[in-house]
Amino acid sequence: MGSRASSLLREEDIEEIKKETGFSHSQITRLYSRFHSLDKGENGALSREDFQRIPELAINPLGDRIINAFFPEGTNKKYTAREDQVNFRGFMRTLAHFRPVEDNEKNKDLTSGEPLNSRTNKLHFAFQLYDLDRDDKISRDELLQVLRMMVGVNISDEQLGSIADRTIQEADTNGDMCISFSEFTKVLEKVDVEQKMSIRFLH
Amino acid sequence: MEGFWAVFFPVLRVWFTCLVVLIMLPAMFGISLGITETYMKILIKTLEWATHRIQRASRAEEILKHSASNGEFIQPKSADHGDFTLSDVLYFTRRGIESIVEDDVTQRFTSEELVSWNLLTRTNNNFQYISLRLTVLWGVGVVVRYCILLPLRITLTAIGLSWLVIGTTMVGFLPNFRVKGWLSELVHLMCYRICARGLSATIHYHNKQNRPKRGGICVANHTSPIDVVILANDGCYAMVGQVHGGLMGVVQRAMERSCPHIWFERAEMKDRHLVTQRLRDHVNDKTKLPILIFPEGTCINNTSVMMFKKGSFEIGGTIYPVAIKYDPQFGDAFWNSSKYSMVSYLLRMMTSWAIVCNVWYLPPMAQKEGEDAVQFANRVKSTIAQQGGLVDLAWDGGLKRAKVKDSFKEQQQKKYSHMVVGDDSRFPQP
Repeated sequence: MGSRASSLLREEDIEEIKKETGFSHSQITRLYSRFHSLDKGENGALSREDFQRIPELAINPLGDRIINAFFPEGTNKKYTAREDQVNFRGFMRTLAHFRPVEDNEKNKDLTSGEPLNSRTNKLHFAFQLYDLDRDDKISRDELLQVLRMMVGVNISDEQLGSIADRTIQEADTNGDMCISFSEFTKVLEKVDVEQKMSIRFLH
Repeated sequence: MEGFWAVFFPVLRVWFTCLVVLIMLPAMFGISLGITETYMKILIKTLEWATHRIQRASRAEEILKHSASNGEFIQPKSADHGDFTLSDVLYFTRRGIESIVEDDVTQRFTSEELVSWNLLTRTNNNFQYISLRLTVLWGVGVVVRYCILLPLRITLTAIGLSWLVIGTTMVGFLPNFRVKGWLSELVHLMCYRICARGLSATIHYHNKQNRPKRGGICVANHTSPIDVVILANDGCYAMVGQVHGGLMGVVQRAMERSCPHIWFERAEMKDRHLVTQRLRDHVNDKTKLPILIFPEGTCINNTSVMMFKKGSFEIGGTIYPVAIKYDPQFGDAFWNSSKYSMVSYLLRMMTSWAIVCNVWYLPPMAQKEGEDAVQFANRVKSTIAQQGGLVDLAWDGGLKRAKVKDSFKEQQQKKYSHMVVGDDSRFPQP
């Protein structure tokens, strides 16, 4: 728990993570070995460099934003000891968003409240990839930033600007030239978010 | 104290006599007394029994056979092109998270995970207490490996290496060329055979008719320094490498005396032109032994073959591909150089059950018309991967230590842009 440097996973920790995230015991131990193999410094926490060492992530245009999602704003002591490190608890919490929704039926062992991998929480995760300053709104600038990350140098500023404007126009219902979370949810209403934002975790 | 020495020396004498008669002499002449075979049979039976017990206790885990991704493009849209939508990020995100959970590259630089335990705690990540009998068996295994096999193997390797140095130096003094060559080959073979016994290596060679000939280049996938011993057990090769100091240096200089190898000074290695020229000179001289090269440039964990560096394929000789596949059940041969030093690696090798591997000699290949070195390298790599049952990856083994090039990310960005802006006419003009 917290920022212990020891690399052994205790049963109590596993139980807590199970309750919080809904992963099974074997999934947690398997992901723990993965966490451990990424943790080159062997200090029980991952830094941004540790993530960037994964070649497939490093070439992903949104790689930096995805890595960012593991390091939440402010230091919630349960998940990060320092701002630039995430411990196993925090690692699992972020990954929990990508559990398939069907898995919830098998595991009734969750704490009350919405599970981390509900549709709303998945959408919120995606929303936060855009919303860098965490003001619950995607501004035109923030949208442009993400667009620029995805297209690199291949599209001009003007064209990118018009794409951003069009997107905001279509989504914005209250006229504030920004996309709020509810507007975001409305746009993605027809999208199968549960399937697109779930990955298979081995049992 | 007197009594101790009185007992110790006869024991030592008996020990050495056994060693020489039962292991060294047969090894030197390439015949087998069947002791290793019996040992392997007992080992296999014990491991099967142990596995059976573990499976009764818990379900066996499946191994996820992830399809090899060679940096293939992530497909954000269902069609070939379409306007940008807010949901496009979802695909990139999912692929990113998938690669965090498991990726194709970083797993090649750590030892392979076994499906069933082979009674070595080092290979079992989830070691749990299953039953008393199993733990006892494991304990017996530890005693056998550390107290019986280890001293035996160390003695053998020491003898093997010293014989290599002494033998090659002696041959080096001979003036007559033809006999010298033949003797030098004999000495090398004998020493490598003793060293192989020193690791309890059981090697199965396939397709010996394709064995590399003089004036050619032998190319193989790289898992550990032991690959050299494995290959040299069945043929003589000219080694290529950097000049080392210390014990390695002594061995290198001794080997150089009896037949020509190619050792480079550290500074010379930077000059690619010089390296290629020296290799070319060696290859063009048809009386010299075939060169042994590992084009991956680094040790990979024997589940895949990574990018072959094109340098070896620009020299121009005939390429003889060789595939080496170790059986992980008996001992993990992969050298994780960032985790273990050479000495601790050798110690781990000598305390494994055995090293079992298959070596396939593949038919010689030559560069085709209109094929450049990179394409040729990839063709050879695929042949080796296919024969050895290894995953064929285009990723560079150098990623073990270096960062991936930005150009790959730019490629992804380019492809996505093409999708989004492919049809220009649909965009409102500013």
